[in-house]
Amino acid sequence: MALHLARRLLQSVLILLGVTLVTFFLLYVLPADPVRQIAGRSATAETVESIRRQLGLDQPFWVQYGRYLWGLLHLDLGRSYLQRAEVAELIAARLPATLLLMAAGIACEVAIGLAMGIWAALRRGTAVDTGLMLASFAGVSAPQFVVGLMLLYVFGVWLRWLPIGGYGTAAHLILPALTLGLLGAGWYARMMRSSMVEVLRQDFVRTARAKGLTRARVILRHALPNAILPVIAMIGIDIGIFMGGIVVVESVFGWPGIGQLAWQAIQRVDIPIIMGVTLVSAVGIVLGNLLADIVAPLIDPRIRLR
Amino acid sequence: MKTILATTALLAVLAVPGLAQNADPWQPDPEARPGGTITITYQNDVATLDPAIGYDWQNWSMIKSLFDGLMDYVPGTTELRPGLAESVEISEDGLTYTFHLREGVRFHNGREMTAEDVKYSLDRVTDPATQSPGAGFFGMIEGFEAQMSGEAEGLSGVEVVDPRTVRITLSRPDATFLHVMALNFSYVVPREAVEEHGPDFGRHPVGTGAFRLAEWTLGQRLVFEKNPDYWREGLPYLDRIVFEVGQEPTVALLRLQNGEVDIPGDGIPPAQFQQIMDDPAQAARVVQGGQLHTGYVTMNVTQPPFDDVRVRRAVNMAINKDRVIQIINGRAVPANQPLPPSMPGYDPDYEGYPYDPEGAKALLAEAGYPDGFETELFVMNTDPNPRIAQAIQQDLAAIGIRASIQSLAQANVIEAGGAGTAPMIWSGGMAWIADFPDPANFYYPILGCAGAVEGGWNWAKYCNEELDALAAQADSMSDPAQAAERLALWSGIYARVMEDAPWAPVFHEERYTMRSPRMGGDEALYVDPVSIPVNYDYVYVTE
Repeated sequence: MALHLARRLLQSVLILLGVTLVTFFLLYVLPADPVRQIAGRSATAETVESIRRQLGLDQPFWVQYGRYLWGLLHLDLGRSYLQRAEVAELIAARLPATLLLMAAGIACEVAIGLAMGIWAALRRGTAVDTGLMLASFAGVSAPQFVVGLMLLYVFGVWLRWLPIGGYGTAAHLILPALTLGLLGAGWYARMMRSSMVEVLRQDFVRTARAKGLTRARVILRHALPNAILPVIAMIGIDIGIFMGGIVVVESVFGWPGIGQLAWQAIQRVDIPIIMGVTLVSAVGIVLGNLLADIVAPLIDPRIRLR
Repeated sequence: MKTILATTALLAVLAVPGLAQNADPWQPDPEARPGGTITITYQNDVATLDPAIGYDWQNWSMIKSLFDGLMDYVPGTTELRPGLAESVEISEDGLTYTFHLREGVRFHNGREMTAEDVKYSLDRVTDPATQSPGAGFFGMIEGFEAQMSGEAEGLSGVEVVDPRTVRITLSRPDATFLHVMALNFSYVVPREAVEEHGPDFGRHPVGTGAFRLAEWTLGQRLVFEKNPDYWREGLPYLDRIVFEVGQEPTVALLRLQNGEVDIPGDGIPPAQFQQIMDDPAQAARVVQGGQLHTGYVTMNVTQPPFDDVRVRRAVNMAINKDRVIQIINGRAVPANQPLPPSMPGYDPDYEGYPYDPEGAKALLAEAGYPDGFETELFVMNTDPNPRIAQAIQQDLAAIGIRASIQSLAQANVIEAGGAGTAPMIWSGGMAWIADFPDPANFYYPILGCAGAVEGGWNWAKYCNEELDALAAQADSMSDPAQAAERLALWSGIYARVMEDAPWAPVFHEERYTMRSPRMGGDEALYVDPVSIPVNYDYVYVTE
């Protein structure tokens, strides 16, 4: 176990290093010059060159990348080109909002997805089953931008139950978390349904029923714990999928997280911020996968460690 | 030596020092009442509030409310008036400007502003270490080159005469100089605050302005509160302004309808425009105003086929501008010259090229392209620009020019334009909105030889040395008595530009914004041509 963990940790570090290299390279070859964004449209050629020199952007790729890594070793993510503020500070100010939204989003998708999946499995072959699976299909396919605006319109403008975007209270959290969760909920519903259908066919379920246990007890105590295993393993991997959705959802709802920060930085070619957010997201994804790896054998002894 | 209290491009006020107050035609709004808090939304977080660095339309007017410059504009107009300087004297040769500062102006930290602060601020913005995007505006001040190259410590042309007098010497007469002294980049900052916060000064701004920054929660909101000691009597009207950032424009509009927002800072999104204009209650709250903007198609004059003036004129005659304007819901007026109608120097009598596809075809045939040719039209990839490019593409196809559309991110289009690799560029979303209301600002960077270099903004790479000489002649007329003559010269320069046709001007955007029913003040304040998008110091609430 310890050896396995050590190997996974080393792998993770190498993956993160790879992520920085690839991102740094892509931003380096980008045909947009960040110096011109800083220098503005009234700058002379000398000003542009002077800024390029000061930022070290006149150096070859490996020197620039080496400097970036050296900074990283000292936990220094650099300063934003356009805001001039510390990238670490900008990310730290926004990270709690993103983590909160992700946690709420995962809670939404698991709760909705499992409920839908179980219900559909129990009503297999009926109109309820078809209806739920169609709904899950819609959830998976609908663009989050559209879903978000629709939810905003219905609950914020029309019914006036919830605030229209913003951040601060639990009420602000509901719609963005729902928008983020609906996509995954569709996947979970389908996975949960098939897993549940399979488990319900197993002998031990028949035995439980034959013992005369109540229907609820059979499902909650016997079938569910077995059916849920493949689903739980997915949650860690979800974090990666969420990172993409978060950029859209945070923009629609005005959620002050790192997705919004990244989007604004991309528009302004603010490379230190783009690097910083990418790295933090990559750390999140790697940790999520690591967690899924560690948790899976704990809840399902059939999964053996190699 | 003559004394000038305020000069404008249109109106020159020559007066004796005792008449200083008369130089400012602004009168307080009798309806205005002090007090109240308003909420304004923006999609993007504010990048910085450092006047030497901020250069986007969002922080532009915020900085104007936190800081002041030696010169200022009459609210809602393009007319210059004195700011921190009470008066200014211009020497006979137009090379020396002596600014007399107001007494008792204090920074938000309580210290009195002096001539030393003015010098420090100008030295700072031109210091290469500051990396200011506005440094280039100060090129007319003596010692600019030495300062930019790092040889000198400070601008030799800026001298402190006494605590309330600054003398600025220019290396060449420049009629735009007082406009430059009204630009955000020249705003006065206190040395101790800049040194205390270093690169974070933009998050901890300290100025002399009508408001001071009370709170900034990154990614969420900024709060400006009234500066009780503001040097302009009775201003500002509002107690507080809350800027909520990170708000999608569509969502901001929904919140405005719910009464939660007073002004959507990003304006009305195109998709919602028709719906709002169809609803009389909402349309009544819409404010419309001209902008100092021109949207145009550049043609790279250094490469065939656009090196032939007949081809460029044909393109000018091929574009159906009214149809292009329909694409943006009619939120623009057609353009026939580089200058927008609200810019001094605009020639209302100039007729421009007619819309005449048949004539255009004939011109193409004459130039040796009877069957047209293939080319590329670069465009920024955010709506509505690709749709506008498609309309232009169709118009060009009608005369035989087959243009393929290159829809790219803003930075990439700007890069291609600067490098001269783009045969045609639709300027929408990138260029050009004036930095200051003077015709010179539409020439040098985007039509003059200085901008036609690698990385410059003159994407047509058009360089007419004769016109450059005329432009220099016009800008040497810094005597306000010559203002009308100077503007006429500029109108002539733009007519000559259109003869060479390096651009096809398409339209001038009109700005449409909304305000909540409780917002008061002249409509011009909500579409202020200089304090884009809102002149925060002069608006008020009525309840």
